[in-house]
Amino acid sequence: MFKLSRKTRHNLAGYVFVLPFVIGFAAFFLYPFILSILLSISELELGATGFKLTSVGLENYRRALFVHENFVRVLFEEIVRVLRNVPIIVMFSLFVAVMLNQPFRGRLLARVIFFLPVIYASGAVLIMENFDYLTSTLRSAESGSQGALGGQTLMLVFSNLKLPEVVLEYILTSVQGIADIIKASGIQILIFLAGLQSISPSLYEASAMEGATAWEEFWKITFPLSSPLIPTVVLYTIIDSYASVNNKIMEVIRTTTFQGMGYGVSSAMAWIFFALIAVTLAVLIGIISRWVIYQE
Amino acid sequence: MAQFPEAITKTERSEAMRSETKPSAPRMKRRFHRSRVLGIAWALIRTLLLFGMGYIILFPILVKISSSFMGFEDLFDSSVNWIPRRFTLEHYQTVFLAMEYPKTLLHSAVLAGGVSILQVASCMLVGYGLARFDFPGKRLLFACVIFTLIVPPELMLAPLYINLRYFDLWGLIPGGGFNLLNTQWPFYLMAVTGTGIRNGIFIYLMRQFFKGIPKSLEEAAYVDGAGPFRTFFYIMAPAALPPALVTFVLSFAWQWNDYFYTTTFYQSGSELLTHKFLGVNIAFAGWYREVFGMSPPFELHSVISNVAALFYIAPLLIVFAFLQRYFMASIERSGTVG
Repeated sequence: MFKLSRKTRHNLAGYVFVLPFVIGFAAFFLYPFILSILLSISELELGATGFKLTSVGLENYRRALFVHENFVRVLFEEIVRVLRNVPIIVMFSLFVAVMLNQPFRGRLLARVIFFLPVIYASGAVLIMENFDYLTSTLRSAESGSQGALGGQTLMLVFSNLKLPEVVLEYILTSVQGIADIIKASGIQILIFLAGLQSISPSLYEASAMEGATAWEEFWKITFPLSSPLIPTVVLYTIIDSYASVNNKIMEVIRTTTFQGMGYGVSSAMAWIFFALIAVTLAVLIGIISRWVIYQE
Repeated sequence: MAQFPEAITKTERSEAMRSETKPSAPRMKRRFHRSRVLGIAWALIRTLLLFGMGYIILFPILVKISSSFMGFEDLFDSSVNWIPRRFTLEHYQTVFLAMEYPKTLLHSAVLAGGVSILQVASCMLVGYGLARFDFPGKRLLFACVIFTLIVPPELMLAPLYINLRYFDLWGLIPGGGFNLLNTQWPFYLMAVTGTGIRNGIFIYLMRQFFKGIPKSLEEAAYVDGAGPFRTFFYIMAPAALPPALVTFVLSFAWQWNDYFYTTTFYQSGSELLTHKFLGVNIAFAGWYREVFGMSPPFELHSVISNVAALFYIAPLLIVFAFLQRYFMASIERSGTVG
């Protein structure tokens, strides 16, 4: 009896540890979150001492979907972009992580370079580069030569394989967007790298004794044991896509807020986008969790 | 499952073990030979791939550095590609003065440093609470942590703006509340409560790390009569240096690069590097027009903003250059699975 109460008392100390987040969640997340629901169904008036909401029903949603000139198109394109990039980023970052986990000279330098985009290619610098004359001329020159050469060679290689046209196009666009893929994979590579470190070396030793090739080792050991990380990587990739400069939907929402149609419509837009992306995320994670192998 | 101290030696151990298990029987010799050829071929391909991708990553920085030293006439000379014909530092001078560099650098460093230290502390506390205590509502709270991550920041932009404009904590503060806009309070308050930029990731990271530490450490402390708080401060917090370092680096970089919150909630904060950097374009164009009576040519305008970008990211790269070795080691030690 005494032991139980001591244990309960101990567990109650947990509330003290999580208290900062509980306060922050209530003050800086839950309140604005609920407010955003209200905003999306209201008209807003700002005053010096407070703000006033007048309910307009689903009018804001109607205006977002049917009145705004390009919201629906941009929304659709963004979902397609996310669905296209997620598998590529997962495969690419696992591939790079496996490479960076092998012993070779200059491995630390290579790891640092792959992490660099997380440090410099986000936020303000990207915004600047997006409008920059020098970067854009150089980039178009680069991708022009790359696209022509890479595209044709790839076409030659793959046309012999008789791949379906959709797959072929997917591969081609991914190769052309390789710079964006690399830059969007920094954290994902680190997640996989950390996971690879925790695979017991005895598994590789045993398989080497049995005469397994590196290819077999990858598919029978490395891939199944890092598969529990794939949902985490998918989740991060989607969160990261919100901040991408290629994400046009955020731009539409932001410009709608501060000019023209106002807070109500932009909140409705953000809600439509959030609902769609949440469904996408749930479906993706649901499918992936079915074949993830959890090691107990 | 997180691996604590053993993880460092693991790769080395596996390498040592693998070299010990070289096939010695003559039957295995041919196979060994073939795998060695394959190994060398793969090493070559790997080097090629890493060089190629490294070039793509470093390309934007290299362009900025190379063009920053070019004299005015080099910018229009198409025969000048990477090496400037007339070497100059005048662009650096211009931008240094336009950005009021030492002053704004200090302000930004204080903000990013303060915010990231607070985030390390708060996320460590919350992560430990979620990892080691069994209180009612724990699973719900963890779901809330993940939920704060998946809500797009644009959804929160307008309501958070209003929330900070009339900040009254659900009506707890009387009289219409405070106006927190255009102050640095929101950054610090959100950091100390673990709700700043992508803090859910840090809480998740800390939770995974603490879950991976053997319980025997704490049990020993409890047997010696220490309470949960003493145990945390004297035993668990010092042990969590690897995830704390990872959190610090990411948090610093994200706060430094942030323009989303900075430009919406702190519009008047012209003493920050972010504002100077994003505004340097317009400021330069204005100054040029005043002096020369026309708009600056694209090339010059562009070099100015690229040099400003160099000034902007240099502190980050320097901080990271000092921490990279520990950072990479910490990544290995704070492994997160599941």
